[in-house]
Amino acid sequence: MKTGLNGAATLTAVIALTGAAAQASDLVVSNWDGYMAPDAIEAFNAETGNAAELVLHATNEEIMGKLIASDGKGYDVVFVSSPFAEVLNNLGLTETLDPAKLPNLANLYPAAMELSHDPGNTFSVPYAWGTTGLCYRADMVSEAPDSWMDLLQPADDVSGKTTMLATDRWLLAAGQLAKGYSVNETDEAKMGEVRDLLIDAKGTLLAYDDTTFYAKLVSGEASLVHAWDGWCNYGIAENAEIKYTIPSEGSDLWVDTMVILKASENKDAAYDFINYILDADTHRWAAENILYKVPNQAAMDGLDPAVLEAYPNMGMAPEKMLKFEQLRDVGEAQRAYARLVSEIRAAD
Amino acid sequence: MPRRSEQRPGHAGTKTVVNVIDRKPTYLMAPALAWLTCFMVIPCLLILALAFFRRGIYGGIEYTFTLENVALVFDPLYAGIFLKSAWIAGLAAGVAVVIGYAAAYAIASMPRRYQPMLLFFAVLPFWSNYLVRTYAWIVLLNREGLITGLARWMGYEGEMPRLLYTEGAVVVGLIYNYLPFVILACYAPLSRLNPEISEASRDLGASGWTTFRRVTLPMTVAGIATGFVFVFVLSIGNFVTPALLGGGQFQMIGNLVYDQFLKSNDWPFGAALSMFLIAIMMGLLTLQTFATERASGGRVPQT
Repeated sequence: MKTGLNGAATLTAVIALTGAAAQASDLVVSNWDGYMAPDAIEAFNAETGNAAELVLHATNEEIMGKLIASDGKGYDVVFVSSPFAEVLNNLGLTETLDPAKLPNLANLYPAAMELSHDPGNTFSVPYAWGTTGLCYRADMVSEAPDSWMDLLQPADDVSGKTTMLATDRWLLAAGQLAKGYSVNETDEAKMGEVRDLLIDAKGTLLAYDDTTFYAKLVSGEASLVHAWDGWCNYGIAENAEIKYTIPSEGSDLWVDTMVILKASENKDAAYDFINYILDADTHRWAAENILYKVPNQAAMDGLDPAVLEAYPNMGMAPEKMLKFEQLRDVGEAQRAYARLVSEIRAAD
Repeated sequence: MPRRSEQRPGHAGTKTVVNVIDRKPTYLMAPALAWLTCFMVIPCLLILALAFFRRGIYGGIEYTFTLENVALVFDPLYAGIFLKSAWIAGLAAGVAVVIGYAAAYAIASMPRRYQPMLLFFAVLPFWSNYLVRTYAWIVLLNREGLITGLARWMGYEGEMPRLLYTEGAVVVGLIYNYLPFVILACYAPLSRLNPEISEASRDLGASGWTTFRRVTLPMTVAGIATGFVFVFVLSIGNFVTPALLGGGQFQMIGNLVYDQFLKSNDWPFGAALSMFLIAIMMGLLTLQTFATERASGGRVPQT
């Protein structure tokens, strides 16, 4: 899942965006940097005669802040993670999708139409999906990890060489899964246990890291990290000793989606754009280049077998992924989550 | 910021001149005042106003008056983060003052013609990007980094203590980044010191140490106060260094504010936190200004 959290990158993107989004254009698409083919917009314009323009956001939170402030005006299609798509829908900012205008929906796996945040894809179309698990150096751990507790209470040889994701929901999810709770658990007592577990784990960590954990594995600075499958693949690309595993307690299923804003004045072009992305060849670009699984059967069937061989998690069956719970929007409990994370971060 | 302190050395010197030419060209301040009002004071007031509204369920602002955000700042959790930040900022400022004062003293003792060059070297790091300088520390301190590599090359076999992602790394990073401020702030009064005063002290039988302690130090304490407050104020609100060198393992108040605005979308609480942070900074800067005024006021009769 994309979450570039680097402060400077965010600020630069904010500055770049304030100017860009205001310009008149046929179609404004907001996406993370590098999350689709560099020539995707150009090719789409050439194919359909539109004048689409790409603007970038560094984080979900950044684009959410803008969309909420502008009531969804100024953007036509945005790429956001599923809990945020859910919020946009709850706020009434998303367009109810007309499947007739998206013939390429037929390319998606049947499982991709049953996502719990939006069964039947009524307001969002999945773009990429995957799991969150453990990424490790097989040559640096004495035993392959198979439980979240291997991360949270690491063996002596791994202690001090682990990292955890810093984003609130995934940080908490590691504790929630380890305890056997839902990744959307909000019960105060249960979340207190999760907090205590994570505070204990903090003492064994090298760092909280959302962006460079795979590089720490490659350099040998870390030997076991909490990772999104796609990002673990970046480590595997540089060192074949790096492996990805989903702990026995399970994972979350993360889904990044595309939504059309209700305030869009170019809805036909917006449909065309999403349909263009869902084309098998366009969508395959993401799988082959970003190494994220895409929920597009036609695209995945045509995937280079060498990719599946080098990155075994790319071949995970959609039915298997669907067994994992998605992170859902938790509404008011979000503030409690933020507080728990502050407590963990502030603990000595 | 760097400009402000670079101008400091001349600041007290021009004060008397201003009095001589009277206050006629006050209108020349208008552009600067207008700029500050439009782009700093008003936006700050708008942000502060947010502190008194409720956060919408999905982020955003619900325009219902409430004091809960302000009250939340005093919650032991967040008050503790304030104290922790103050401790780290104070430690960084204290160490920076000791190192910076010593360096400034050495520079001021050099022959006059070398001093500008030495000051130039002291501020040289300022001319490179803050992020680049901080990342350089990561390269230096990480477990597979230069320091470890050097120790291994020299034959050290054991496990190195962890250098990066510690409180110490953050303090070191802050000191490193703000040291030039302290050197400049301390150099200003030291360079203006009339050497005859120290000579007189020694003629009257005081040892070198006594002269320093009872003559030089009291006369340059304003520079120390300025340097200390600058480093403290810049450090307590810093969020880049704790994030990069602290590995996110402890939060400073700057990180907390950053998170409220850019991650939790909780602008009202972020605004309440910033309000207190700004209040602390303003209070300290005001104190420092008074201290400097008093110190320089006491020196006026001598010049």
